[in-house]
Amino acid sequence: MNILIHDGRLVDATQALDRIGDLYVADGRIVSLDLAPAGFVADQRIDASGCVVAPGLVDLSARLREPGFEYLATLESEMQAAVVGGVTSLACPPDTDPTLDEPGLVEMLKYRAQSLNQCRVYPVGALTVGLKGERLTEMAELRDAGCVGFSQATVPIADTQVLARALAYAATFGFCVWLQPQDAYLGRGGFAHDGEVATRLGLAAVPVTAETIAIATILLLMRDTGARVHLCRISSAAGLEMVRAARVEGLPVTCDVDIHHLHLSEMDIGWFDSNCHLNPPLRSLRDRDALRRGAVTGLVDAICSDHSPVDEDTKQVPFAESEVGATGLELLLPLTLKWGREAGLGLGDTLARVTCHPARILGIGGGTLNIGVPADICVFDPALEWPVQPASLVSQGKNTPFVGYTLQGRVLHTLVDGKVVFQR
Amino acid sequence: MSPNPQLDRQGRLQHLLTIDGLPARIITQILDRAQAFHESGADARKLPIMAGKSVFNLFFEPSTRTRTTFEIAAKRLSADVINLNVASSSQSKGETLLDTVDNLSAMHADMFVVRHAESGAAHMIARHVAPGVHVVNAGDGRHAHPTQALLDMYTIRHFKGAFENLRVAIIGDVMHSRVARSQIHALTTLKVPEVRIIGPKTLIPRDVESLGVHVHHDMNEGLRDVDVVIMLRLQNERMNGALLPSREEYFKYYGLTPDKLAVARPDAIVMHPGPMNRGVEIDSAVADGPQSVILSQVTFGIFVRMAAMAILAENT
Repeated sequence: MNILIHDGRLVDATQALDRIGDLYVADGRIVSLDLAPAGFVADQRIDASGCVVAPGLVDLSARLREPGFEYLATLESEMQAAVVGGVTSLACPPDTDPTLDEPGLVEMLKYRAQSLNQCRVYPVGALTVGLKGERLTEMAELRDAGCVGFSQATVPIADTQVLARALAYAATFGFCVWLQPQDAYLGRGGFAHDGEVATRLGLAAVPVTAETIAIATILLLMRDTGARVHLCRISSAAGLEMVRAARVEGLPVTCDVDIHHLHLSEMDIGWFDSNCHLNPPLRSLRDRDALRRGAVTGLVDAICSDHSPVDEDTKQVPFAESEVGATGLELLLPLTLKWGREAGLGLGDTLARVTCHPARILGIGGGTLNIGVPADICVFDPALEWPVQPASLVSQGKNTPFVGYTLQGRVLHTLVDGKVVFQR
Repeated sequence: MSPNPQLDRQGRLQHLLTIDGLPARIITQILDRAQAFHESGADARKLPIMAGKSVFNLFFEPSTRTRTTFEIAAKRLSADVINLNVASSSQSKGETLLDTVDNLSAMHADMFVVRHAESGAAHMIARHVAPGVHVVNAGDGRHAHPTQALLDMYTIRHFKGAFENLRVAIIGDVMHSRVARSQIHALTTLKVPEVRIIGPKTLIPRDVESLGVHVHHDMNEGLRDVDVVIMLRLQNERMNGALLPSREEYFKYYGLTPDKLAVARPDAIVMHPGPMNRGVEIDSAVADGPQSVILSQVTFGIFVRMAAMAILAENT
């Protein structure tokens, strides 16, 4: 199958590419960005005039809710949502039921995902059995089954000795450990940032120290064990500053923020909007601005959707009782573009945060338009505006704080492995 | 922040959910109406204002006093009152909060008086009910208890005349108190120049200064020259643990005794939303003493709740 994507604006930060041109796909790979290779006859032509042709997006956190929570979402619905959003690779956290702590489960998930023929799924294995923070999982076996890293999802390890040993064991094999920094006790029972809004609304709070104390512990253990760590969902200015200092010191630490924390703050809770019930909580405007700046300077390596589809009914209850999370796969691209525009960042650099940078953290190829790589491509109209409404989302999760927003930038074609898996 | 969900487009009160964002003119309207009820001896006879209307007392959390005063107030306005102790019925059978509200709405409720253990419950119900159905928040989690704050303002106005020259101190567990939050908003909206809160750091929420109060940790300092002393109830479960070491130590440093009260103005009044823990937050000598207006608060509470319900019913 030969595909010609013609007259698009080819954008790829890995090769400082930003020009109008044609992209040729043959046998699942990108074969030229210039002239047609000898003998190339297009089976399919995609007119990309007025559109951006970019590497497919790489999302570091998307919950597909399988196995165990199929009533919230299924692989079918969420992988469809991914390609509708231009996401061609995604990492899924291990907080399924059962948790991804056994090679068989990981193999099953990968097999199910592959058979759907949509985006690529990279499972992140559980760091401890059942995410209980007690016994280490068979990390090497899990890696062989397809895990790209190991994580506790949103369940902190309370026992620091277990954390130290988990990091040391992972470091033995050079595995990357993905940790969402949160103290097991300080945020206990809390639902909102410990600040003005939680005080006004009378919501039990999660202090910034829940994040910074956890980061301090992780960084100290990294020095001690030599482990590589990716910090997930940094939410505070103080936390980000600690990451900066650790980078200066030379520690192998990376981090991401999600689209909600990049755009929203505690103020968006308004009068108890349960769509803003997220983990970590939305923090102050000052924190949000620090995250936005950090994403510009590169201190924040990647932007992710933190896609967590939930059942509508579980949001129709008082804030503290509502389920945590929001849908995000279809919003990752337009919200990243919005941030980039507002920050005055070029399109290539903007897209790098959702393509080549997260691909590097995952340790996979992809996130580029280099000749010879599998053709994972996203073609989007950067100017097209669309209203975010439950009905306009493919994901089974319809809850997002961005309902009612009009966002700019919409995916028109998505290719994975040289096959068109979505076109609008 | 989203527009005030309590007011309609004409700025009239549709729900009473919180004092936060409630204009001073509406607070004053409620206080004036309560005063009219008070002065006309409305506690003696029934008024036809809510005749034919149904008020559902929807208490997801146990309460005796608040529920009773709402019931009395509604009955004096000639409303039909239905008391539902939801904690012991449908919720335990798994029905959701909004399903409960839908079912009761189908029975033609005109007004819901709601108490719930979670902050924001009343707002959620108010967003859900049909236009013309009113919601009164009778306490949601740690968030708000607007009628309590309004009756406290009525009490202060009754004894002090005006708000613009007062120093008011609120003492105790502000962290967990919906009463304190509503009082703070009411006092600042009514332009009380100095609102102080007093308590140990474990019971004072972060950034509370953003609500317009001054924080003190020392009773002698905080009570000096105040005109109004408002005590908060300290719940039993907070007394022994990581918030406070013991009730004895709390009483020694933050319990209101005649000695501590002596640094306030000689004509200072002492208030408490009840139920009191004698010997924990307040000494009996103060609670029963000449400066205490605690029982007046209870009486005034009925007029204030009548006023709020009457105004809501008339804004249909």
